[in-house]
Amino acid sequence: MQKIVDKINELFANDTVDRVLGWKTGEFSYDRTPAVFTKDTGLDGFVYDDFCGSNLSKYLISESAKGGKMAVLLKPCDTYSYNQLVKEHRIKTENVYVVAIPCRGKVNVEAIKAQGVKGILSVEETAGDTLKVSTLYGDCECDRNDVLYEKCSVCQKTHVVYDEIIEEEPYDRPRKDRFAEVEALEAMTAEERFAFWREQLSKCIRCNACRNACPVCNCHKCIFDNANSGVAAKANTDEFEENMFHIIRAFHVAGRCTDCGECSRVCPQNIPLHLLNRKYIKEMNELYGEYQAGADAETKGPLTNFTKDDVEPSIVYQKGGK
Amino acid sequence: MTAVREDMLIPKIGIVTDIRQDTPDVKTFRVNALDGGKVFEHMPGQCAMLSIPGVGEAMFSITSSPTNKEFMEFSIKKCGCLTEWLHQMEVGQQVTIRGPLGNHFPVEDELKGKNLLIIAGGIGIAPVRSVINYCRDNRADYGTIDVVYGARTPADLVDFQEMQEEWMKTEGMNVHLTIDVPSEGWDGHVGFVPNYVKELNFSTDKTVVMCGPPIMIKFTLQNLMECGFAKTQVYTTMELRMKCGFGKCGRCNIGDKYVCKDGPVFRFDALDQLPSEY
Amino acid sequence: MLKFTSNEMKTLFSAIAELRKLYLPIEKAGEVGFYLWEEDAKVRLDVLKTVKSAKDAFFPQSEHLMSFKVKDKAIEIEQPSDDMDDFVIMGVRACDAKSFEILDSVYLSKPVDTYYQMRREHGLVITMACGQPEESCFCTVFGIDPANPIGDVVTWLVDGTLYWEAKTEKGEAFTAELTAVLAEASAEDVAAVNAQKDAIKAITEKLPFANLNLEGFDGEHLMEKFNDPQWAELSKACLGCGTCTFVCPTCQCYDVRDYDTGDGIRRFRCWDSCMYSDFTMMAHGNNRNSQVERFRQRFMHKLVYFPANNNGEYSCVGCGRCINKCPIQMNIVKVIKALGVKE
Repeated sequence: MQKIVDKINELFANDTVDRVLGWKTGEFSYDRTPAVFTKDTGLDGFVYDDFCGSNLSKYLISESAKGGKMAVLLKPCDTYSYNQLVKEHRIKTENVYVVAIPCRGKVNVEAIKAQGVKGILSVEETAGDTLKVSTLYGDCECDRNDVLYEKCSVCQKTHVVYDEIIEEEPYDRPRKDRFAEVEALEAMTAEERFAFWREQLSKCIRCNACRNACPVCNCHKCIFDNANSGVAAKANTDEFEENMFHIIRAFHVAGRCTDCGECSRVCPQNIPLHLLNRKYIKEMNELYGEYQAGADAETKGPLTNFTKDDVEPSIVYQKGGK
Repeated sequence: MTAVREDMLIPKIGIVTDIRQDTPDVKTFRVNALDGGKVFEHMPGQCAMLSIPGVGEAMFSITSSPTNKEFMEFSIKKCGCLTEWLHQMEVGQQVTIRGPLGNHFPVEDELKGKNLLIIAGGIGIAPVRSVINYCRDNRADYGTIDVVYGARTPADLVDFQEMQEEWMKTEGMNVHLTIDVPSEGWDGHVGFVPNYVKELNFSTDKTVVMCGPPIMIKFTLQNLMECGFAKTQVYTTMELRMKCGFGKCGRCNIGDKYVCKDGPVFRFDALDQLPSEY
Repeated sequence: MLKFTSNEMKTLFSAIAELRKLYLPIEKAGEVGFYLWEEDAKVRLDVLKTVKSAKDAFFPQSEHLMSFKVKDKAIEIEQPSDDMDDFVIMGVRACDAKSFEILDSVYLSKPVDTYYQMRREHGLVITMACGQPEESCFCTVFGIDPANPIGDVVTWLVDGTLYWEAKTEKGEAFTAELTAVLAEASAEDVAAVNAQKDAIKAITEKLPFANLNLEGFDGEHLMEKFNDPQWAELSKACLGCGTCTFVCPTCQCYDVRDYDTGDGIRRFRCWDSCMYSDFTMMAHGNNRNSQVERFRQRFMHKLVYFPANNNGEYSCVGCGRCINKCPIQMNIVKVIKALGVKE
């Protein structure tokens, strides 16, 4: 963290930027809130640690539209979102200075709680893989690799865009297969899969956290907020309503989703929403060739770029039901 | 059919018995109960929730006076989805109606026995027309009545006919009309309401009732103060987004007051105690 | 005090379920909420904070208010049904139980909301003391005692044994129907419950937010709080989602929407969030255009407007769900600390 603080102070001192988008400390050692620090007010409360899971790139839509120049701290996965937003002309890049910051994978406190740990007061990082947890009911330890956000447990990403990079100490950790869960779903019968999603999606409380956190869900006015659209189903007129919301949302971000995992991270009901997106990514990879949204800010996505080599619609059709 | 449940969310049915095109974008709808008469009684300044099921429901001020024992009227400007639908209605159309909602102008208290100055702009005439006609029908209870009413053009003056044929002929009542910009065939006053109010230089013994667009309210109040009026003499009526109409759904509050329940009528000194979030 | 005679909790649940519909904290797809109990339900009495609070039982997220038959120019209203089964909601914690009183002061004050009233009349609340309060709990700040919740019946779960005490007439009448599975508790049992109460008290005193200071959050400081410059900073990262609102036991704002089902128009009431951009949107404008204003509204309502209208009672019960669930980790505790009296 000290390297980052030094870097920001340097950027302030040489007038490269007048403010920085980062995280600030909270009430516990593990609640971190995105925050803007200005050259005038300084870095009081600034923090960067295992708990800074949120993706800051979406804030740049509004922040970059303001005057002045802002530094933004982006983890490897966040840089993909940044590129995608640049591609979609949502960020004024001339007002942004990207500082690439290292990431060892972010810890999900809820995952520690899910292990039965109650009353967590603080979680302390160690140099290795052990986390020291202090609670109202005594202390314990856990393996950080067991309590990472899902998005981190499969992450292979490296920074794809930056003005400056803060180098990291080499750190190795096990990675899960990114598509293993999707394959497990594909292996189910249609009925089992339907039951799986019905059970998961029935938990949805329509808080819209997934949509509002998603960097590529950036319509000025979402169709689900437009009372005149006829689909603004705030009230569940039937029990399939919220299922449709998620399916439509997944379709709308298909080809644009960078798999940043924010949807699943913010879901208060822990619905594995990333699986919908990842299924599409897997399908597109298989049908149109490997594609990673946000790998750069120029390449057209497979669904917005027609080529003569594109797979025939009938082939796509046959994939249905899988 | 089961017994009728009494709940403020459950509406009654009204029928549109007359439609008058007042201006290019304002129509006045006469509403009766299905068996004739009025759907309910009200006081001047109170509102009702009108709805076309499937289209929407919104709050409208009741523009007719409670002294009218035969029907209720609503003057409605076309400006959104529901009002557009309402404007397409024909006589005989049924609507749902809930009310009366909110408080009312203190016609039986603070306004009684006073000289009145009633100021309105555009569709802002709708809620104050109820006050004007109530006072006309109880003429002996009130002193002089001055009405200042402004609109963009002569064609935008709502209730123009009633003003000419009835208000202007009422004893002790003066109607001062103005339009924003000169218009062919208009030989009356031209200029914005706030300035006209100042020009008219009313004596400060009057109690003021005011309704109109926020910008008009702001500058008229300012000019009234300059003329020596106190905020305790000036009443207005507010409008914010509403759903329930009786202080439960939680969206029309200004500070700790709900416009639908504690308003829509406020005296300006009371508004001063509240956040300026309107 | 009574105690449940078996260690097999399922026996009690089925005894209750035979009498009434029974709602309990039940795990579904990994998360716990209040659901209708069935034989194979995974009951989680160990979980303090269901994702959604218990308010659904009386103020459901979405409810059908009435239907309309529209034919040409005529409209016919189909009254909602007055039929409702009695039900029991069990495993409610002290904070959620208190939230019902807060909802009561909104929906049972005149004009009474009959939809809510009906559920309140048909519902029986069985609460449970919080054996292990969590770090985000701060109910004691609002005068709530997690060792002695309010409710028609209060229960304590100590080492697998459930202790039972009826607190209202309704609770006593219901208890009388369950004599087959309940027995008088011994002096030893009472001592065990008291020991748990003491342990709870000891923990609550140590809770990080136990000394949260609410001084100055009242109608008298309304303008001062409203105009505090810190709202901009506090709301800066707010995503404008409705998570805090929807997990909150006291958030009570609602929307009314009509849907054309193809077979008549159905009017629904559903939870709404003041955090949403369309909450105050009108055909000709919006008086809260920025997230700062919307964010401020939520906390002003809970901490200033509500007490101003309800004899100083706050519209927060300190359940801490917003602390756990906000995607950007902003919450009412941070607001109280920022805007409140500094130590």
